[in-house]
Amino acid sequence: MIKEVKKRVKELLDSGKITGFLGLRDMNGHVGPHLFCDGGDLEALVLGDRERPGDSRYPLNKQLIHLARSYPEDTFGVLVRGCDERGLKTLSTWNQLHPDKVVPVGIACPQELAEACECLRPYPDEFVCGEKVEGCPYDSVAQLDGIDLAARFDHWMREFEKCIKCYGCRDICPMCFCKECSLESNELIRTGDIPPEMPLFHLTRAVHMAGRCIDCGLCNEACPADIPLRTLYKKVADIIDEEFHYRPGYVADQKSPLNILSQPGVE
Amino acid sequence: MDYRTALTTCTYCGCGCNLYLEVLDGQIIDTIPCKTSPVNEGKLCIKGWNVHEFVQSPNRLTRPLLRKEGTFEEVSWDEALEFTASKLRDIKEGYGGDSIGFLTSAKATNEENYLLQKFARAALGTNNVDHCARL
Repeated sequence: MIKEVKKRVKELLDSGKITGFLGLRDMNGHVGPHLFCDGGDLEALVLGDRERPGDSRYPLNKQLIHLARSYPEDTFGVLVRGCDERGLKTLSTWNQLHPDKVVPVGIACPQELAEACECLRPYPDEFVCGEKVEGCPYDSVAQLDGIDLAARFDHWMREFEKCIKCYGCRDICPMCFCKECSLESNELIRTGDIPPEMPLFHLTRAVHMAGRCIDCGLCNEACPADIPLRTLYKKVADIIDEEFHYRPGYVADQKSPLNILSQPGVE
Repeated sequence: MDYRTALTTCTYCGCGCNLYLEVLDGQIIDTIPCKTSPVNEGKLCIKGWNVHEFVQSPNRLTRPLLRKEGTFEEVSWDEALEFTASKLRDIKEGYGGDSIGFLTSAKATNEENYLLQKFARAALGTNNVDHCARL
């Protein structure tokens, strides 16, 4: 699998189409993000499947935004799975990345990862390696929807009570690009107070994920308290889909209904 | 363009969480928790998440300060160490080793903490050693 990716990245770098390729590198015994700039130096490039598929994924789109902000004229390649590509498409509609300046190199996720993620589309539009597998439904959401409202509320309050307010869910999120964050707005959330106000802290973030979350699940993996945030945001995505027939990142150039609603002249 | 991700260990406490510092053209711009670290497995606390901010904080002390006539002045390490050593010696000789206490730090390494307690016991002759992790 990795051979096809390295071949594609080498072509892109050698032809000068991209300044650098943002991918993952296995170095010093650990896997982390790395900008590859030399087509002859791709030995350590990996796909983030160390002990099991997708166990060392990173928010590469977030690092890509950092590069694009400082070097807007340069074109960068980036490693994408299905979720990352949804991120690229959505970030483009929010004017955070210019699609002409990004060359995605896609990989399709295996069945095991698709099931673990409950991913609706575990592959990008184009991919250089991997097999296309069927999307998986949101079983975790269906399971919670099956219990009555009072018990469901108790369930979520118990989960939120574990929060240590590290802001890791926001910090890891490739879709959190705002310069000012509501979660640090004193009118809403007092930053110096621990524990966070419940359920205000988590529901504020959940509302902000509406029409924006691309279901990559990195927040869930970054949570030191193991709060099932992904399930919460999946539910929010379902509501937006039911109300507005929109899921972020599945169709290029399709703006979030919440983005459009805030424009003047739209009722 | 010089873009790097540098693997390092959080200095905030003794846990030893691994993180990547994202460095663009010599400026540290972000912190990324290391997913493959057996210590923190891709997670961090709020302090670890903000390592990139304190490293370059203008409030950070980068040189020793000595209070002279009521105000802090930057001095050389030699002067700071000379002053501290002479005061410690004076206090030990005047009032005994147990009139001195040592507070060590979770931000220092095991080895540095070992050295400090050794210094307290062997050089100053006191068991007055405490640590912020014992709160």
